[in-house]
Amino acid sequence: MRSPSVVATALCALALPALAAALDPAAVRRLGAEGSEEKLAAVRQLVADGDPAATPVLQALSEGTLALAGERVVRPVEGRTVDAATGEAIDPPPADAATIDVNNRVRREVETGLAALRLLDPAREVRRAAAEELAGAASPELAPLLGRALARERDPATRALLALAHARASLESPDPAARAAAATDLGASASSAVRALLARHAGEEEPDAAVRRAAAASLAAVDRRLALGEYAGRLFSGISLASILLLAALGLAITYGVMGVINMAHGELLMIGAYATFAVQSVFARRFPGALDWYVAAAIPVAFLAAAVVGMAMERTVIRFLYGRPLETLLATWGLSLVLIQAVRSLFGPQNVAVANPSWMSGGFELMPDVVLPWNRIAIVGFSACVLALVWLFIGRTRLGMFVRAVTQDRVMAGCTGVPTGRVDTLAFGLGAGIAGLGGVALSQIANVGPEMGQAYCVDSFLVVVLGGVGQLAGAVWAALGLGLVTKLLEGWSGAVIAKIAVLVLVVVFIQKRPQGIFALKGRVVEG
Amino acid sequence: MTPAPRQPIVLRLLAATPRAGWLALGAFALTALVVVPGLYLFTPPGSPLHVPDHVLTVGGKIMCYAIVAVAMDLIWGYAGILSLGQGLFFALGGYAFGMYLMRGIGRDGVYQSDLPDFMVFLDWKALPWFWRGTDHLAWALALVIGVPALVAVLFGAFAFRSRIKGVYFSIITQALTYAAMLLFFRNETGFGGNNGFTDFKRIAGFSIVAPGTRATLFALTAAALAGTLVLVRFVVTSKYGRVLAAIRDSEERVRFLGYDPLWYKLLAWTLAAVLCAIAGALYVPHVGIINPSEMSPASSIEIAIWVAVGGRGTLLGPVLGAALVNLAKSWFTVAFPQLWVFFLGAIFVLVTLYLPDGVLGLGRRVLRRGVSA
Amino acid sequence: MTAAPSLAMAREPAPRVPALGAHGAADVSHRVILYLEDVTVTFDGFRALNALSLYVDAGELRCIIGPNGAGKTTMMDVITGKTRPDSGTAFFGQALDLTRLSEAEIAAAGIGRKFQKPTVFEHHTVFENLELALRADRRARRTLFATLDGAARDRIAEILELVRLSGEAGRLAGQLSHGQKQWLEIGMLLVQEPQLLLLDEPVAGMTDEETERTAELVVGLAKERSIVVVEHDLAFVARLGGKVTVLHEGAVLAEGKLDDVKADPRVVEVYLGR
Repeated sequence: MRSPSVVATALCALALPALAAALDPAAVRRLGAEGSEEKLAAVRQLVADGDPAATPVLQALSEGTLALAGERVVRPVEGRTVDAATGEAIDPPPADAATIDVNNRVRREVETGLAALRLLDPAREVRRAAAEELAGAASPELAPLLGRALARERDPATRALLALAHARASLESPDPAARAAAATDLGASASSAVRALLARHAGEEEPDAAVRRAAAASLAAVDRRLALGEYAGRLFSGISLASILLLAALGLAITYGVMGVINMAHGELLMIGAYATFAVQSVFARRFPGALDWYVAAAIPVAFLAAAVVGMAMERTVIRFLYGRPLETLLATWGLSLVLIQAVRSLFGPQNVAVANPSWMSGGFELMPDVVLPWNRIAIVGFSACVLALVWLFIGRTRLGMFVRAVTQDRVMAGCTGVPTGRVDTLAFGLGAGIAGLGGVALSQIANVGPEMGQAYCVDSFLVVVLGGVGQLAGAVWAALGLGLVTKLLEGWSGAVIAKIAVLVLVVVFIQKRPQGIFALKGRVVEG
Repeated sequence: MTPAPRQPIVLRLLAATPRAGWLALGAFALTALVVVPGLYLFTPPGSPLHVPDHVLTVGGKIMCYAIVAVAMDLIWGYAGILSLGQGLFFALGGYAFGMYLMRGIGRDGVYQSDLPDFMVFLDWKALPWFWRGTDHLAWALALVIGVPALVAVLFGAFAFRSRIKGVYFSIITQALTYAAMLLFFRNETGFGGNNGFTDFKRIAGFSIVAPGTRATLFALTAAALAGTLVLVRFVVTSKYGRVLAAIRDSEERVRFLGYDPLWYKLLAWTLAAVLCAIAGALYVPHVGIINPSEMSPASSIEIAIWVAVGGRGTLLGPVLGAALVNLAKSWFTVAFPQLWVFFLGAIFVLVTLYLPDGVLGLGRRVLRRGVSA
Repeated sequence: MTAAPSLAMAREPAPRVPALGAHGAADVSHRVILYLEDVTVTFDGFRALNALSLYVDAGELRCIIGPNGAGKTTMMDVITGKTRPDSGTAFFGQALDLTRLSEAEIAAAGIGRKFQKPTVFEHHTVFENLELALRADRRARRTLFATLDGAARDRIAEILELVRLSGEAGRLAGQLSHGQKQWLEIGMLLVQEPQLLLLDEPVAGMTDEETERTAELVVGLAKERSIVVVEHDLAFVARLGGKVTVLHEGAVLAEGKLDDVKADPRVVEVYLGR
C-alpha cells in the first residue's frame, strides 16, 4: 500500500517540481467511494501519513468542493480544476465532475484530521490551537501521528496538550494490548487530565483486566507526581509570599531597630511605591510606547525615591517629636496612614488602578504540566533577593550603615561617640521607606493596586520583625520565609482565614518561648 | 498586721468618689434617666421641649462609646497597656446579645422559619450548638459577659505571662481583632457573615422600635455608664490602682517589690474587656445592627484616640473624648464627607504631638495660667 | 566555714512561696542566709559568672567589690531571679531555691534590692511609694480592698522621719532631688522589711555628707538583717566594716577583711593593671 504512494510521490516530484508532495492516489480515490466507512478509512489514512499536502484536499472535502470525475478525484483551485492526488491541473476541466457528499460523521473525522495535520504547521500558534482541538477528541488512528508530533514539539503548552491527546488516542485503541501499553506509558505523566483518563480505565468501564491493572499502577504513579507537583507549587507560592513579606518587613526592621518605633503607615509606603509604578507606566504609555516593556526598570528608582521622600518627611515632621513614646507614635503614624490613604484616594480615585505586567513577565516556567511558576513571581523572588543583598552590603559596608548599626545597638553611646543620631534617624527612615517603596513595585506586579492595599501588610510585616528579633536582618529573612511557607502550607490544608488565625496563634505561642525572636541577642537586657 | 475592720462595699464605693463627683453624677443621672426619657415620651413631637428619635439614638450610641472609652482608659491610661483590639470585646458582647435579638425575631423573618434568616439562606437545617439557649435573656447576658471575659483571660494570661508589652502587645491585639474579623466574615462561622445580625423585632417581649423600649434602653445605657464610672473610680483609687499605675511606670521595679504584675494586668485587662462587651450589648439594640466591621483594626484604634483626645488617666476625659470625636464624626460625614478621614488623621497626629493630656489637660493648663496671671 | 544545705534538702522540691502576701521567712537554722554554689551564667559565649560560690551569713554585712565586668550586677540578677543561671544552685536560707522562683516571689520571700539608678515611682507621692513597698499582702484581689490601718500609717511616718522626707510625704516622687530619691528608695526597702538587702552602689552620685549618713544607716540596719553591698567607693566600704569579697571575671578572687584583701597581690594586679 505504501510503495505505490512512494512511487507516486517520486513521480510527481519529477513531473511537477512546484508541488512538494503528492498523496496516495488510492486513498484519495477512496474519498470518492460510495460508503461512509470507506471514506472514513481514507481520511484516516491520509491523516496518518502526515503529509501536509492532504490539508487542502480534506478542506475541500469538508467544504463540499471536492468532486469525483470518473475515476479521478478533483478539486477547484483558483478557477482551475486540479487532480486531488497529484495537484496536476486538468485542462480542459472534466465535464462529468460530481461533488462528493459527506455526512456528519465523516465531517467530524475530517475536522479532527485537519487539526492533526495542522500539528505539523511551522507557526506555534497554529500548532497550539490544533493541539487544543485534539486534546478534546482524538481517535486511536491518530496515536502514531500525535506521537511523532509530540516528539518534535518544543512549545511547553502545546506539548502538554499533545501529550493529553496522545494519551486519549492510545487509550481508545480497540486492541487491549495497545491500551495496556498506553496506560503503562502514561504513568510517566504528571497531568491531572491524564489522571482522569487513567482513572476511567482503572475502573469498571474498562473491560480488560490487564489494562485495568496497568492503569491503576500508572494512576498511583501519576497521583504521587501530582501530589509532589502540588507541594512544589505551594512551596513556591510560600517563597513568593515570603519575598513580598521580606520586602515589606526589611524597611520596618530597619526603622524599628534604629528608632524603636513602629510605623503604622509602613503599609502605605508600599502603596505609594505601587502608585509610583502606576504613574511611571502611564508616562511610558503616553511618551515612550515603544519601551513600555521596560517601564518597571524606570519605576524602581522612582518608587524608591517617592516612598523615601514621604518617609523622611514623616520622620522630620512627626515621628522625631515622639521619641521615647512608642505607643503615641503608633497612634500618630496611624493618623498619617489615614491621611496618605485619603490623599491617594482623592488624587487617583477610590478604585483600583491597572498596572500591567510587561510582556516578558507574563506566562510562566512550566515545572510540570499542572505546575506553572509565573514569571512575575519568579522575578519578584529574584528582585527581593537583590534588594536584600544590597541592603546587606549597605548596612555592613557603608559608613551610614555602620551608624545605623551603632544607633540600633545603643543610641546614647552612639551619640556620645559622635554619630549624628538625628541625621541617621532621618536617613534610616528614608531607607526603610524606600525599601517599602520597592516592595510596592513588586506588589504592583501581582496584586491589585488600590488606596487600601497597604493596610494588610503592616501587621504581617510587624510579625516578621517580631519573629526575627529586633535589629536582625538574618532574623527577618528567616522569619519571612517561615511565615510565608507556613501560611501557604496551612492555606492549602485549611483555607486562608483559618491559616491566618493559626499563624497568629503560632506567633503568639512562639513569642512565649523566645520573647526576643529567633535571633535573640542574649545579654543584660535593659528594661524598655 | 491586723486587717482593717471590714467596711461595707457600698460605703467603700461611695467613699471612692468625692462629693463633687457625686453631684455631677447625680446631675447626669437625673438628665439621662429621667429628663431625657421623660421629654421623649411625654411631650408631643411638635413641642420645643420634645427630644426627637435620632437624638436618643445618637445619645445612646455615644454613651456606649463612652463606656468603651472609660474601659480603654483603665488599661491604657492607668495600666499603660495600649490595646488596639478592644473592638473585638465590644463586638463579642454585641454578637452575644445579637444572638438573643435574632432568636427574638421568631417566625417574623423573611423566610418565616424558626431559624434566623441567614441560616435559612445558607440552607442550614438546625441551629449550631453555640446558638443553643440564646433565646433565654439570662443565658444571652451570661454569654455577653462570659465569652469576652474568657477570651480576655486566655489571651491576657498568654501575653502577660510572656511579658509581651508596649508596641508588641498593641500590634498583637490588632492582629487578634483582625483575625477575628476575618473569622466572622465567613458564613460558615455561623454569625451571619459580612451582613451580621439585623432586622431585630423585639427585646424581652417588647417591640424594639416602641418609644417605651427605646426610652428604657437609653436609661439603661446611662445607668451602665454611671455604674462604669463609679466602679472604675473605685478601682483606680484603691491600692490596686496605685500598683497598676506603678506597673505602668516601671514594671520591673514593681516586681522587685514583690508584686506579680501578671495578676494586676490580667484583672484590669479582663475588667476592661467585660465593660467593652456590656457596651457592645447595649449598642446593638440602639443601632439595630452588628457586623464584623466592628472588629476592624480601624474601629479599635479609634477608641484609643477618643481617650487621647479627652485626656488619659482621668475619668471624665474618655467620656468627653468619645462624645467630641463622635459628634464631630456625625457632623463631618454629613457636611464634608470627603474631609472626615483627613480630619480624623489630623486628630491622631495633632493630639499625640500637642495635647499629650488631651482636652482636659489643656483646660487645666489654661485654668492654671489664668489663676497665676 | 559554712555548711552547704544538706543534699537531702537540696533534692526535695523547693516549696513554692505559698502566696505573694505571706512573707516567707527564710530558714536560717544553719546560720547561712544565702548560698550561691558553682553558679555559671553565659551571654553569647561570654561567661559573666564562672562557677561562682558565695555564702552570706544571717546578720552579716558583706561588701562586694571588683572591677567593671566582674559579674557583680549579674550576681544580683541571679539572686533576685532576673537572670537564670546556666548551672549551679542559689538558695535563700535552707529551703528556698531562688533559681525556681519568680522575681516577685523572691521579693516577697524577703530579698530586697536597690538598683544602681534610683527607681522610684515618679507619678506617685512619696507616701504612696512607701505604701506600695510596705510589707503587706501582695495579691491583686487583696490590694483592691486594702486599707491602711493606724499601725501601717505609723510605720510609714516612722520611716519618713528616718529618711528625712516627712515634709515631702505629699509630693510627687518625680519632683524630689537625686539624693532624696536615693533615700526614698532606701525607705521603700526598709518598709518592705526584707531579711536580706541587696544594695547596688547605694552612694553613687551622693555628696560626702549624704554618703556618711547612708553609711550610718546601713551599719544600723545590719543589726537586724543581712546586707550585701556592691560598691566601688572603697572609703565607703571601709566605713561599713564587715567582710569584703572581691569578684573578678565572674568568680571570687579574694575574701576577707578589707585591709587583708587590699594587700593581696592578685587583687592589686586586677585593680591596678599589669
